[in-house]
Amino acid sequence: MDEKIPKIPSREITEPEAYLNRRTFMRAGILAASVAATGGAYRAFFSPKRRPVTAAKGASTLPTSRGAFPPVGPSSIADMHAISEPQTSLGDITHYNNFYEFSTDKAEVADEAAAFITRPWTISVGGLCSKPTTFDLDDVLQLAPLEQRVYRMRCVEAWSMVIPWDGYSLSKLLERVQPLSSAKYVAFTTLLDPTRMPNQGRRVLDWPYVEGLRMDEAMHPLTMLACGLYGQPMPPQDGAPLRLVVPWKYGFKGIKSIVKIELVSEQPPTTWNLAGPNEYGFYANVNPAVDHPRWSQASERRIGGGQRKTLMFNGYADQVGRLYAGMDLTANY
Amino acid sequence: MFETMKDTQFAKLVVFINASVPAAMIAWDAFGGASADPVGYALQRTGKFALILLLLSLCVTPLRKLTGKNYFSHFRKMLGLFAFFYACLHLLIYFVFDRQLNVSSLIEETLKRKFILFGMAALLMMVPLAITSTNASIKRLGAARWKTLHKLAYLSAIAGVAHYWISVKKDIRQPLLFAIALTILFACRLYYSRPQPKRPVAAA
Repeated sequence: MDEKIPKIPSREITEPEAYLNRRTFMRAGILAASVAATGGAYRAFFSPKRRPVTAAKGASTLPTSRGAFPPVGPSSIADMHAISEPQTSLGDITHYNNFYEFSTDKAEVADEAAAFITRPWTISVGGLCSKPTTFDLDDVLQLAPLEQRVYRMRCVEAWSMVIPWDGYSLSKLLERVQPLSSAKYVAFTTLLDPTRMPNQGRRVLDWPYVEGLRMDEAMHPLTMLACGLYGQPMPPQDGAPLRLVVPWKYGFKGIKSIVKIELVSEQPPTTWNLAGPNEYGFYANVNPAVDHPRWSQASERRIGGGQRKTLMFNGYADQVGRLYAGMDLTANY
Repeated sequence: MFETMKDTQFAKLVVFINASVPAAMIAWDAFGGASADPVGYALQRTGKFALILLLLSLCVTPLRKLTGKNYFSHFRKMLGLFAFFYACLHLLIYFVFDRQLNVSSLIEETLKRKFILFGMAALLMMVPLAITSTNASIKRLGAARWKTLHKLAYLSAIAGVAHYWISVKKDIRQPLLFAIALTILFACRLYYSRPQPKRPVAAA
């Protein structure tokens, strides 16, 4: 009947100091938990997407069901645009993107675009020309030898990169369709497909994205139809499979994921010009002397480090300055 | 070390540490290469936290009125000072990295750009508030005058949200959130300061 009171070994008895420190432990716990919660909330709301130090994953795993990415050779006009500035890392080029069709957050575009399928892909080139043609992507890749060209890329937001693009002069493609003399401008259109470009569901811009060039700008050898960078197929976040690169103009002129090119007689509408006519002009030539109404264009932040002075026509004044001889560049911004 | 602290002292410590956490994480991310544009990243984040803390400090009075408890007043000063701290960091980063320590270009840009002017105004309005944040100042100025002066916090918040709004290129969702929060706080303020029905006063 007499139950034994279990004997508690003396070593298991709580030390008086520990007992008295219960308050300290609770408070330390509260503090630690609150810091963890704040840190967690910060990560949840302001998570910077980790950039892989090595190659971008999306690029190498692009579905290439038909045809491989053709070999890339040196540029035939290498001396026209040779620059000695260090190239921006592939990690930065693929994780700092303005591509509103996927996200308005530059750090998030890579993730949002990772599953973007770009094969099969066709691009129709028509309008005022003798031979309107719809090209398959592989035909475009074989149309002329691919060249690597290292261009400066200056965003209208006052940051810049140096990017080794792969592709060839847009003129090579345009010549195939034999433009008529009545063709004065070239109009470009991005894919419109909210199922593949999820942010097209939000009307942050008027979709599809459209851009345009004057005929002489489009035919200039520096103007490039790019299908890759760093010798690999164009990563989705950078405008796969085909994009425009016009190195002396602000980045938004470089329309991405092009499905249609049209030769036209009148100046075509362009997306950012429609969104903010007094801030984004049709020409959008890089010009340190003409400020964006809200910020200075005199200097730029080079991604990868350093603030530097912005150059007239992004450093390509010798090659393209004559295109704008006699033009008021303040009025035609 | 905690057991000797009073509860409010400890609560203040918790607020202090937690308000410092974002600064530490911003620095960690910026220096650790988490963003391709660490300067832009640090600029945006410090600006955002200046606004968040300023709005949190403006929540104190409505919370006090709502709950009838004075408890939250303990944190108002600290939240306000942290807002000032983040705003100063924000300006410092802009001055050092974007303006390359060039004072004349800082002044020139401030006068030329509406959004920088708004931001600078928001920060300058915080200066007298930070200086007079001590209890001694309340005594020296008198509670009524001190209260009037500290209504500047609202003007500063308006200027700060305007600064954010105008600086955004196209996607205004986030500045809109701040504007809505600020509007709600204003509505609370107006609601609580509405003319009270007068008690019947004995005829003279």
